Amino acid sequence: MTVLNVVVQGLLLGGLYALYAVGLSLIFGVMRIVNLAHGDFSILAAFIALLVVDAFRLNPLVSLLAVVPVMFLVGFVLQRAILNLTLSGDEMRPILVTFGLSIIMQNALLETFTADSQGLDAGFIENSSITLTGDLAVGWFPLVIMGTAIVVITGLNFFLTRTQLGRAFRAASDDQEAVRLMGVNNQRVYALAMGISLAIVALAGVIMGIRTTFDPTSGPLRLIFAYETVIIGGLGSSWGTLLGGMILGVSQALGAYASPGWGVLAGHLVFLAVLALRPQGLLPKTANL
Amino acid sequence: MSEKRFDVIRATGGSRLALGFAALVVVVLATVPLWTDQSTPRTLVTLLTLIAISQMWNLLGGYAGLVSVGQQGYLGIGAYGLWLFADRLGVHPFLAVALAAVLAGLISIPTAGLVFRLHGGYFAIGTWVTAEVFRLIVANVRQTGGGSGVTITSVAQMETGTRMMGTYWLALLVAVGTVVAVYLLLRSRLGLALMAIRDNEPAVESLGINVFRAKLWAYIISAVGMGAAGAVIYLNLLRVQPSAAFSINWTAIMIFAVVIGGMGTIEGPIIGALIFFTLQETMAQYGSWYLITLGVIAVVVTVWFPGGIWGTLTKRWPISLFPVRRILRMSGRPGPGAAPLGEPQESVE
Repeated sequence: MTVLNVVVQGLLLGGLYALYAVGLSLIFGVMRIVNLAHGDFSILAAFIALLVVDAFRLNPLVSLLAVVPVMFLVGFVLQRAILNLTLSGDEMRPILVTFGLSIIMQNALLETFTADSQGLDAGFIENSSITLTGDLAVGWFPLVIMGTAIVVITGLNFFLTRTQLGRAFRAASDDQEAVRLMGVNNQRVYALAMGISLAIVALAGVIMGIRTTFDPTSGPLRLIFAYETVIIGGLGSSWGTLLGGMILGVSQALGAYASPGWGVLAGHLVFLAVLALRPQGLLPKTANL
Repeated sequence: MSEKRFDVIRATGGSRLALGFAALVVVVLATVPLWTDQSTPRTLVTLLTLIAISQMWNLLGGYAGLVSVGQQGYLGIGAYGLWLFADRLGVHPFLAVALAAVLAGLISIPTAGLVFRLHGGYFAIGTWVTAEVFRLIVANVRQTGGGSGVTITSVAQMETGTRMMGTYWLALLVAVGTVVAVYLLLRSRLGLALMAIRDNEPAVESLGINVFRAKLWAYIISAVGMGAAGAVIYLNLLRVQPSAAFSINWTAIMIFAVVIGGMGTIEGPIIGALIFFTLQETMAQYGSWYLITLGVIAVVVTVWFPGGIWGTLTKRWPISLFPVRRILRMSGRPGPGAAPLGEPQESVE
């Protein structure tokens, strides 16, 4: 594989990381929560997809029709029943609760599904590719992932800026009290935001399950990728997120190309370099969302 | 109107009694290897290091307001530091524990420079990334044994009795040391600053307190304690692997213990560690269910009983075994040598 090929693969991987990251930054934008179980929810979604695929002999991409709504519901209920209760007072309570959920989910999945690596098989689309030049070939699936990321980010931007509910989301992030005075039900807005966040991460989790293997303890690393994408791109900037994902993807691809064990580490080092040199990220946005 | 006097109370009769009792417990614990079989000290090392790491996490999370989920990084550095100093550099293993702790403290300084740029939940994940970086570096370097790890030969070759006793006493020293260190630190000027920062950071900063420096000290001390505990844990286990020494489960253990016992108190982490230890010992045959159980309890406690066990108890009965607060009490009559009106005997720094 040539270096150019490696870079292209890395760029396309960035789309997947952006999908992971937008869910994380959406809920941070709306309610200032960082969900430490974000990655584990993507793994939970992948395991649910695995069950659906096994039960109905479906293509995992079709299983998304069930998995995404289920995860939306999980997010909605989680926020309403538990996380909303932690928003008042100490800012560390949601961090502790989501960290607890992360550990609970990892170990519960471990007890249910064992530590074996699992994979989702999407059939021909996974392996077919288009040859651009002599030795540069791009897989269809990475292209589809990148397209999905662009559609999701555009859709989310449209939702946040052009719809009534989206405006309520942004208003809730600016001033909770004022929004309540305007008759918006904060608790419901937060629950919807968490639902959307988990729906997007479910999509990302299933796609990543097709692309590579996963096991019950893969969650934290997914969270870290999402987080590095957010910080590299710049807090609160959705297109920055896509850029951040691409930089992370390319760094990992090049690192792994240099030496198999160094892919993830190369990504971490680029993240730390950005933190040291440009802590506000590459495309920061002053607005809250 | 009679003259009013203000006194700053920093100890009560109960707390003096508790201090005496704690000293007695430590003395009894110190004699344990002399009158029990070999398995008891070995088991107690687990409990004592659990108390130490919980106490050190609480210093960050409970007092400095820094929720770190990357403290396993310093525990792993302690473990590999033990191997580095004892096996590669030929230092006596017991002395290597101290050097490993110092190494963890030194590495924490530049790390703090990076992660302190982040706040709240983003700080939490940032610390996690640094722990992952430490793990990946160790796992990818051939000299440290790579992913399969190393056996600490110099420790393994020690005479069993000496190793057991030494490890036990070191574990006791680290546990007592972390409790005493946090107690003294919190009664100092720096401790007052830390607690004030936790309660209202902008207000403290506006009073001219160097918030960054106060937090940095808490971070460094916590790393040193983690390093010492990590080294002692691996004196007991003998074989270090990056995936185990740098495991996120260490931090899960500390956080669950602190949250359940009572965050922001010295008593809480000790209670939490005892509960954790009991559950781990009794549920060991059921795989990771003890961790799930404790996680569920920790979530329930955080959402519905934020003070944890100790916080909920002291809300009903105002007791404090290790008082670190300054209580202002107004007395009707001036005591001998009492300060004049409005000026506390001991200045509230």
